[in-house]
Amino acid sequence: MDQVPTEAGLILAGVLFTLGLISVLIRRNIIFMLISVEIMLNAAGLAFVVAGAKWSQADGQVMFIFILTMAAAEVSVGLALILQIYHQLKTLDSDAANKMKG
Amino acid sequence: MILPVLIIMLMAGGIVAWIGARINTNVSRWISLIALLANFIITFLLWMEQEYLMDLSNSAWLAKYNLPWIPGFGISFNLALDGLSLLMLLLTFLLGMFAVLTSWKEIQYRVGFFHFNLLWVLAGITGVFLTMDLFLFYFFWEVMLIPMYFLIAIWGHENRRYAAYKFFIFTQASGLLMFLAILGLYYIHGNLTGTFTFDYFQLIGTKFSAEAERWLMLGFLAAFIVKLPVVPFHSWLPDAHSEAPTAGSVILAGLLLKTGAYGLLRFIVPLFPGAAHEIAPWAMSLGVFGILYGALLAFSQTDLKRLVAYTSVSHMGFIMLGVFAFNEWATQGVVMQMITHGISTGALFILAGSIYERIHTRDIGQMGGFWKKMPFMGTIGLVFAMASLGLPGLGNFIAEFLTLIGSWKATHKLTILAAVGLVAGTIYSLRIMQRVFYGTQENTHQLSDLSFREKLILVPLVLIIVWLGLYPQPILDTVRPSLDPIQANHSTTVVPDNLYVDIMKGDTYE
Amino acid sequence: MTELLWIVPALPFLGAIILIILGTKLSRIAASFVGAGSVGLSALLVILIGLNYAPAAGPFRQVLWQWIDVAGLSPAFGFHLDSLSLVFIFVITFVGFLIHVYSTEFMAEDEGFARFFAYLNLFVASMLILVLADNLVLMYLGWEGVGLCSYLLIGFWYEEKKNGDAARKAFIVTRVGDTAMAIGLFMLFDIFGTLIINDILEQAPQLWSVGSQTAMVVALLLLGGAVGKSAQLPLQTWLPDAMAGPSPVSALIHAATMVTAGVYLIARMHVIFELSPTAQLCVGIIGALTLLIAGFSALTQFDLKRVLAYSTISQIGYMFLALGVGAWSAAIFHFMIHAFFKALLFLGAGAVIMVLHHEHDMFKMGGLRNKLPVIYWTFLIGSASLAALPFITAGFYSKDSILWLSFAGEKGNIWFFLAGLTGAFVTSIYTFRMVFVTFFGEAKTAVGHHTGARITIPLVILAVLSLVGGFIELPHTLGHLELFSDFLKPVLPAVAVDPSATTGMEWTIQGITMVLSLVGIFIAYHYYVRKPEQASQLKSSLAGLHRFWFMGWGFDNLYDSVLVKPYVFLATVNKNDIVDKFYSLIVYTTELLHRIFARSQGGILRWYIMSMVIGAILILTLGLLL
Repeated sequence: MDQVPTEAGLILAGVLFTLGLISVLIRRNIIFMLISVEIMLNAAGLAFVVAGAKWSQADGQVMFIFILTMAAAEVSVGLALILQIYHQLKTLDSDAANKMKG
Repeated sequence: MILPVLIIMLMAGGIVAWIGARINTNVSRWISLIALLANFIITFLLWMEQEYLMDLSNSAWLAKYNLPWIPGFGISFNLALDGLSLLMLLLTFLLGMFAVLTSWKEIQYRVGFFHFNLLWVLAGITGVFLTMDLFLFYFFWEVMLIPMYFLIAIWGHENRRYAAYKFFIFTQASGLLMFLAILGLYYIHGNLTGTFTFDYFQLIGTKFSAEAERWLMLGFLAAFIVKLPVVPFHSWLPDAHSEAPTAGSVILAGLLLKTGAYGLLRFIVPLFPGAAHEIAPWAMSLGVFGILYGALLAFSQTDLKRLVAYTSVSHMGFIMLGVFAFNEWATQGVVMQMITHGISTGALFILAGSIYERIHTRDIGQMGGFWKKMPFMGTIGLVFAMASLGLPGLGNFIAEFLTLIGSWKATHKLTILAAVGLVAGTIYSLRIMQRVFYGTQENTHQLSDLSFREKLILVPLVLIIVWLGLYPQPILDTVRPSLDPIQANHSTTVVPDNLYVDIMKGDTYE
Repeated sequence: MTELLWIVPALPFLGAIILIILGTKLSRIAASFVGAGSVGLSALLVILIGLNYAPAAGPFRQVLWQWIDVAGLSPAFGFHLDSLSLVFIFVITFVGFLIHVYSTEFMAEDEGFARFFAYLNLFVASMLILVLADNLVLMYLGWEGVGLCSYLLIGFWYEEKKNGDAARKAFIVTRVGDTAMAIGLFMLFDIFGTLIINDILEQAPQLWSVGSQTAMVVALLLLGGAVGKSAQLPLQTWLPDAMAGPSPVSALIHAATMVTAGVYLIARMHVIFELSPTAQLCVGIIGALTLLIAGFSALTQFDLKRVLAYSTISQIGYMFLALGVGAWSAAIFHFMIHAFFKALLFLGAGAVIMVLHHEHDMFKMGGLRNKLPVIYWTFLIGSASLAALPFITAGFYSKDSILWLSFAGEKGNIWFFLAGLTGAFVTSIYTFRMVFVTFFGEAKTAVGHHTGARITIPLVILAVLSLVGGFIELPHTLGHLELFSDFLKPVLPAVAVDPSATTGMEWTIQGITMVLSLVGIFIAYHYYVRKPEQASQLKSSLAGLHRFWFMGWGFDNLYDSVLVKPYVFLATVNKNDIVDKFYSLIVYTTELLHRIFARSQGGILRWYIMSMVIGAILILTLGLLL
């Protein structure tokens, strides 16, 4: 079976990461920002998998499982925070949550 | 054995006074007064027995006490008393008593805690004057700082927070430099000799490299000249003095400043003889600058307590000038200055406090003509204004005259400038008389002359300052033995500005 | 008897203490007895000591207690009695006593009665210590002590700001001189290792040769002190203002005793001045200039007491002139005679002012000759003595010897003599201008109550002394009696007279002096009695000069703009302490930085992410580039 070229996989990961980053930066809705962060994480995971395949090592997949677990934990905390923010501020606008400043 | 008692008495007295205030505020006042009086009597008896005690120890030290504290680091609870510290203690307890008396009516808020702080400051000062272990010295140096912070911050005037912070930061920062220098001294001495110790007697005579000596000396000097204070490190003083309650000002001016002078005499000069000589011309110049600068600023103030505070800056310049002249006249003058300035400035602050109690302002623009209603206060004000300008017959004259006689041997130009300070001193001292007691009274304050309690404070102070002016010999004799270690390794500094060289060529005078 | 010497200053001091402590609790009579009595007893004691004193026996020294003893600096509370100090303590206690008696009536109505006598007694005690001290530190104590009393007494009526200011001025100006003197003491101690006067005077000629530079510096520093206390150029400005004090104070302190402290100091330290001809010449020049400047200023004053004040400055100028030519005993002789007649004049002026309800302007007086005969006659005698009326007045003899020696003395010269002569001429003009304006002409102010015996008796005694006091020292040409200078000879060497000066010259000079004195009186008579309108014409035609003299030759303005104003300006500008600003700057910078960095923590999430991204990109770029 022909392998997908490594370059293609890395480019895809890069594109996904950039998309995620841009949407984190331009979105104001916290839920969308969270989703974008997830996209960035998955892009990083993809890069790991591709790299693992390139050198035929299992480490890539191990790292992806780590990232997956961490993302799950992060989403649960993140969603809880978002719920609290919505509860407190009645909005999901991230700019509204600017109370913690020096 | 008697020495730790002096400190413990004050610390315990402070705690009891704090608790005692729950019963009745006067309990706490009386306890403070009794603790201080007991200490005063003990010290006074020691003074009377000075000859005998010196014979007993066969040295300048009258009493010593040593208890290991943290032996692993060479730290011990090491106290010792000589003539110099004895006099400082007498002054401490005397002014302490007057501070309690002067607060009798003034302080009505959290009386217990006030007296706790008062006694702990005094305990810290006592410790500073007694301890011969540098670690312990730093400990007591801090002990006197924190309660003083509270005294200013809680019982002070309008701007008390600012003043208290300023006081704390200045003294704390400079104290840390001293602590670094203490540690440096500890390690250098340890590496040289193998014994790691904070013991003053062992550290004395350590052989440093010139570079190390200079830096360590500067560390100590930083703490002492901020405390003294020397211009340009004086700016905490006017704020702290003018915002503190009367008792606080008395202790600040009368005692806390003296710990700086004491430190110069006890630590800088004997521990770092070489570096002290190196810095002497600079130090003396700063001192003289302080004399003139302080006098000029004192003249311009309109707040009575601030005015008196700047006179302290001016007078402390004489200490700087005298210490670094390194001869007996100047050193004796410095010790006299420490005592007489403590008394005269303390009295001026007490007077300012009494006036404040009557008219609730410190602004001299609102004073004037007080002699008519309060001749007794006027007379006493006159005595202390005259003391502050150095009138012969009062103690301050002896101090300044000896200092200048001594400093003349070291430097002519600076002494002449310092003598100009005498004229400047006249100008600001007379301003006090002129603005407060002379003239006519324009506002309609109900003024009553000094009460019995106030007379009880001020009349003894007058008697002491006159006694010191007419018969200072007991004081000079008491200090004499403690000066030998201070003056060992020293000869008069000679700043190369000898007038004779310039103008007296070919003269027989050498 | 001499062993009781210490009681002489102790008595007035004790009196002062009693009066200060008991103060207003004492009745006026009791306060008068304590105040005047203590000085009276002292005076009595001084006379007894003086009668038992034999100049040949040498000085008498008495040490009460060791004052300071530090490494060789060991001044004691020790007294030194010799003929010089004896003359001074006699004048101080005797004239002082008369003035005390006078004051008991003069101040009778004043509410600060006890306070006044307390200060006055303290003054007498300090002055006695000054002249009796056997070391310079103790002398300095007396020196500053009289300065303090002078301050207190000038500002005695403290409720008026003007008086307080005059008092302050006097203290500060004299203190400038005192500081010079203090520096002189440091130097003397450095050189001799002692401040005991006799030791210094004995060692000085061995250490220094004549013309030594060191001696000159020391002498000039001491002269600085003397100039301050004795109100000589350039520190004379305080004395006219000092007239703000009560008249007895002016009489005692600002005429008879304290202001002559400088004369005493120079006479006492004469050895050092002799070793430095330059410094001694300076003394003479200062004296000559001062006597002229003050004399011309006195011509233009209208306040009775200010005329006398300038006249005092001028007469002390004569004493300095005498000191400058080495005529030591002539200076002391003039001091004594001056103390008599100037005290008399001030007391008389005080009495006039009192009966005229505190009127100081003499042009508003006039015509008092018949109304106040006792005061008139005594005042006239004092004035005659001041103007050196020939033969009958003491002032003639004392001034004559100064003039003669300023010409014929070894150190004298024609300029000193001419200055002295001009001064004498001016003196007789302003003196009799004062007499004629005050006592002649028509009355302009009603006379109040008359004076009692406690005022008139001291006046009469002083008047007698102003007449006969001169007969103890007569010049060559007129009887040749040298009781006074013989008495002082053990302490003060006789002046060497230029051998070329002849008796004929002395006659000529005396003749000129007499004529000038009489002409001066006649001029005053002409302008102020016969043709008063000419006086005002003269005044308006020379208005500028008149004003200049009236202001005391502008010294006050000069010092005001050169010293006082800049000092006050510096003080006002820097009231809030520039150094403090530096620390405030540190605080401010810290706060500013805090605010800047706090700004970056805006609470907006996207900013944080953005800055992280930018940071990451920057680091990556840097990593790639390097």
